[in-house]
This record gives sequence, structure tokens and C-alpha cells, in this order.
Amino acid sequence: MRNDRDSKTTKIEIRHLYKIFGPHPEAMLEHVHAGMGKSELMETHQHVLGLSDINVDVKEGDITVMMGLSGSGKSTLIRHLNRLIDPTAGEVRVDGENILDYDERQLRHLRRNRMSMVFQNFALLPHRTVRENTALALTVRGESRADYEQEAARWLDRVGLGGSEEQYPHQLSGGMQQRVGLARALASNAPIMLMDEAFSALDPLIRTDMQDLLLELQEELSKTVVFISHDLDEALKLADHLVILKDGYVVQQDEPQRILLEPADDYIVDFISDINRARVLRVRSVMRAEGEARGGVTGEIGPEETLEEVISKSGGDTSCSFLVQQDGRKLGVLDMNDVMRALVPTGASEHGLRSRASA
Amino acid sequence: MATYDWLFSTLGLEQWCGASGGSAPTSLSDLAAQSRGETGEQAVDIWELPFPSMDALNDACPAFPQSRELTLGLEEGFLDIKDTLSVVLDPITQPLSWALDAALYGILNTPWWIVIPLLLAITWAVSRSWGLLAFVAACILGLAFIDHYDYAMQTLAIIFVCAFICVLFGVPIGIGMSRSDTMQNATIPILDMLQTLPPFVYLIPLIFLFSVTEPKLYGIAIILYAIVPVIRLTNLGIRMVDKNVIEAADAFGMTDRQKLFGVQIPLALPNIMAGVNQTIMMSLAMVVIASLVSAPGLGVLVLRGIRNLELGVGLVAGLGIVLLAVILDRVTKASLARINATHKA
Repeated sequence: MRNDRDSKTTKIEIRHLYKIFGPHPEAMLEHVHAGMGKSELMETHQHVLGLSDINVDVKEGDITVMMGLSGSGKSTLIRHLNRLIDPTAGEVRVDGENILDYDERQLRHLRRNRMSMVFQNFALLPHRTVRENTALALTVRGESRADYEQEAARWLDRVGLGGSEEQYPHQLSGGMQQRVGLARALASNAPIMLMDEAFSALDPLIRTDMQDLLLELQEELSKTVVFISHDLDEALKLADHLVILKDGYVVQQDEPQRILLEPADDYIVDFISDINRARVLRVRSVMRAEGEARGGVTGEIGPEETLEEVISKSGGDTSCSFLVQQDGRKLGVLDMNDVMRALVPTGASEHGLRSRASA
Repeated sequence: MATYDWLFSTLGLEQWCGASGGSAPTSLSDLAAQSRGETGEQAVDIWELPFPSMDALNDACPAFPQSRELTLGLEEGFLDIKDTLSVVLDPITQPLSWALDAALYGILNTPWWIVIPLLLAITWAVSRSWGLLAFVAACILGLAFIDHYDYAMQTLAIIFVCAFICVLFGVPIGIGMSRSDTMQNATIPILDMLQTLPPFVYLIPLIFLFSVTEPKLYGIAIILYAIVPVIRLTNLGIRMVDKNVIEAADAFGMTDRQKLFGVQIPLALPNIMAGVNQTIMMSLAMVVIASLVSAPGLGVLVLRGIRNLELGVGLVAGLGIVLLAVILDRVTKASLARINATHKA
């Protein structure tokens, strides 16, 4: 997977991005360059450091999840990608072009044709029907009803809302409204999809549904998705590449499996301490590529299976060993002992947020 | 001698004031004091110290202007520019006269059996309510039965024209205000003034500017008074549109025009309609005052009631205005409710 990442084209490059909120953001930049932190800048200069030196590559066809607690700057960051917010300094390159150099017309073209967005609060137009909402991107481009009707119906069908074309958003439940939001983004047919806490406002069950739907659609469409979330379970489920933000800077970014196995600092350790590791860790990240199985091989498993699935296959027998195979090729072996070792919880770090909170 | 003589003498302005500081008695009290043999030289009693107003200073120094000269100056200034102002304003406002004349002519020269069903049809179209339709029919037929039909229709015609023009100008002004804080800050004091200035005060400069027989005279007075709510509520309505929805519109690359007509105005419509309702109510309030300057309609009867102490005439006409107000209010509110029904967030 990690080698994969190097071979993929970079769709969006974020380089040295800074955002400072306040009356004189440019003047504050040198303080930030000199190493001043978020709280210090607030105290001494009454400016809010929104983003500090962000560098992220978003690969084509990946789901890149940016996660962090509220106030970590994740929503600010995603709004820089289509310039709903302009940065104080830095570059955002989409397909190699710096979109900060774009004039109004180019920017509009970018928003209409190359990027679509799904919002936390759905942000549907309440006075338009579901069909008209779904076709928003198409109508904005100037297509007539006859042109967009089929397209809208197709996407509504795809997200499981066929037949509600004539209804108004307020007649739908939250989950259904967000399906319209998703259909609206998909109907624009843009290669990049920005999702700002798209599922955070939904009930847990519906949220899981929507996540599955997104993964299913992604399988088929391979969009470049930038997904914002504050929910680690969601982030781990969806992410090909996970960026963890805190106070406006990137704490760690990597493949989710690696973040779980090699957390960079106490903050991350705290973050991952109460995650269900068995459900998130996959065979490929804990298997041994070399060597032979210790006991006899009890079965074969795929590299993308989660440890939970392996445990259920083993029936709880810790002496089992499995052969990891893909397309008939042997990739490695996995002993249940390795599984157990990977499942040892990291626990809350001694100096981290959680221990302080409980003290 | 007057109280503030010392002020001018210490400033060395006696020359400018004229040598005869207080020697020529100008006011009645001065004369009275003189006849009583008082010289005015007695020490000034601190309790009776007058405020150094323009008139008090004029006592001490005749060259200093009296306060009456301020209002007089305003009057003369206005009279001086009035002719040039009329040259500009007359042609601009002439269409208003035409519109009012045409509306009054139209509504009075169309037979009642066309006008009444037409009004009822409008009621039905905007409200879709049988109850309201019956109520409106009862009111109009009742007014017609007691021979107030012509007066009521004249009032209605004036209100329709004025309210239409208020919307025509008020909505764009409100949109402008919602887009620019500078414009909002500049416009709000004017709106405040228009709303609080006693309605009669509008009439004074208008009477100077236009001939009293012209319909635009009262048209302008009504419009100035009634345009405020529609401006305010348009501004407010557009500013209150859900920021998330605007953000979505931006994110999908809407132009400003697409955003305005596709999102902001439709979503502000309930507020704009509330403004239109208020505007209609306020034009109705002004229509009686406008009768002072030749506006026809029920207001004329009210004035006749006051002038000739014809109690019955005044009361019935007043009641007629109330009925019109209730009709207009209910009909606009019913259409507002229908808009709201499709606008639930």
C-alpha cells in the first residue's frame, strides 16, 4: 500500500499553507515563522492561528481523511482547497496549477467542473426539489432541465433515493438529505470530491450505511476524495491516507495502519487508545513476509482482511497459523501470536491529555 | 442693557454689534422696564440668568442673528433652489402622476361587475382560501352597498400604485444594502428619519415643489413613508439566508447573479413579503393624511367628517379604511403563509 502511494499521481498538493485569523494576519506571519504557537499568538497578539505550515499530498483516487478535534483547523483546511477561504501564505496546487493564482473565472471553472463538495449540514436549497438540488452543479453550468433530468435521476437512484425527485428537502430525514447532498456532489461529475464532516450529523447506524455507500461508490468511481472527520473509527474505516491535525498543524500523516502501529507522539497515542484495533488492523500490516508458520497452517487468508475476521476464522484457538495469499500468490504468514501482540492496547499515554483530564 | 453685553465687550466686538448696544429698546419687556423707570443696570440675578441662546445674544448685540433667522434662512434657501429642483424632479416624477391618474381612471371607469370579480380572483390566486375569499367579498360588497364603492376603489388604486412602486425601488435598495455594509450604514439613518419624521412634515417641502393638484404630490409622500419596511426587511431577509447554503452555492461555482436570483431572493422571500405587507399597511395609514393634499378616496370623507363635524360620515369612512386594511393584511399574510409552506428549512 505504501509503495502504491508513491506510484500514484498527486492530485492536490498543499505546500506551506498558513492561515491566521485577525485584523493583521500578514504581520503575524513572522511570529509564527519564529515558532509562536496557537495559544501564545492568541494571548500576545489576539490573532487566531488557524493553520500552520500544512504540507499534504492528496493522491488521485485515494480517500484522504483529515481528522482532528474541533478547533484543529480541519474545516478551515478543506475550505482552502476550493478557496472558500483564502490562505495567509502558502500554495495549493491542483493538477500542478496553483489555484491561488486563479482569477474569478478560473476559480469558478474549478468549482463547477473539477471539485464538488458535501457539507456537514447538508446545505441543500430548501426551495428546490430533490431533483433540482441534485442537479445543482449542472444547472449552475447552464444545462436545461431536459439535459439534467436523467443525470439527476441516475445519481439519486445510485444513492438509494430513486422516486423522491419531486419532494422537498424538508420532507426527508437527515440521512436522506445527506444522500441528496452526496448525489449532488456526484452528479457534478467532478474528479475531486470534498466532504466536510459529511456524516457527522447523522445517527450512528445511518452513518455506517453512508460510509459503506461511499466506499462502494469509490470502488466504482475512484474519485479523489478529501474527507474531514472528527471520528477516528470513521477515519480509519475510510482512509487510504490519514492526516491528523492538532491546533492547526499536522501531527502525523500516514497510512492508517501505520499510525495505529507506530503513533508519532502522545497526542496520537491518546487518540488511538480506545479504538477497536481488531476491527481496524489488517492482515497485511501484522503478517510476517518471511519465514514459515510455527504450527501447521490451519487456513488461508487475504491481506486485506481485518484481524477481527482472522480471529473469527481461528475460532479463538491461539495456536493457529494462517497463510496469507493474494491471487494465488503467497505473501506471508500470520500466527495468532502475532495477532495477539498487535492487539495489545497502547493505553493512554502518561503525559497525554487523557491522563491529565482524569487526574 | 442685556445680560451678555460683557461677552461682546470683552471680545472687543462692540464695533461690529453697532454702537447702540441696548439703547434702543426692541422687545416688549425692555419697553416695560423702561416705563417703570428701570435702567437695566441692576446686578444680574443668577436665578434669572438666561441661556446664551441666539435670541439672548441678539439682545446684547443686534448684529447677532435671531433664531427665527435660521428657519427663515432655510425657507429662503429652499425657495431659491426650488425652481432648479423642480426642473429636475418634475420630469423624473411625472410617470408617478401618470400611473396614479391612469389607475384612478381605470378603476372608476371599469364597471363594478368587472372590478369586484377581478379583485376576488386576485384574492383567490394568492391565498387559495375560501374563507378569506368570502370575507373579502362581504367587505367589498358591503362598502359598495353603502355607496362607498368609488371612494374605496380610489383608495385601493392609490395603494396599489404606491405599494408597487415601493417594491420596485425598495427591493433593489434592500439588496444593495445587504451586499455592502457601507451602503447599509449610510441608508439606515435615512430610513430611521423617514420612519420617525411626522408624516405632515413630508408634505411641506412637497407642496413647495409641486402643484397641489398633481397626484404625484401625495404619491411621493405615501411612497417615502411606506417604502421603509420593504427596504429593511429585504436587507434583513437576504442577510439572514443560511450561511451554509450560501457556502454551498459558492462551492458549486455559482456566479453572484445566480446566487442572488437562485438562492438569496427565493430564501429571503418570506421576509420580503412581510415587508410588502407592512408597506401596504403604511401606505394605507398615509392615505388619509394625503387627502389633505388632494388625494381622493376614503380619506376625503374622513376629512369632511372632521371639517364639517359630520360624525357619521367620518366614522363610516374610517371604518371603511379599517376594512380595507384588514382585507389587504389578510390577503398578503395568506400569500406569505403559502410561501412559507414551501420554504421550511
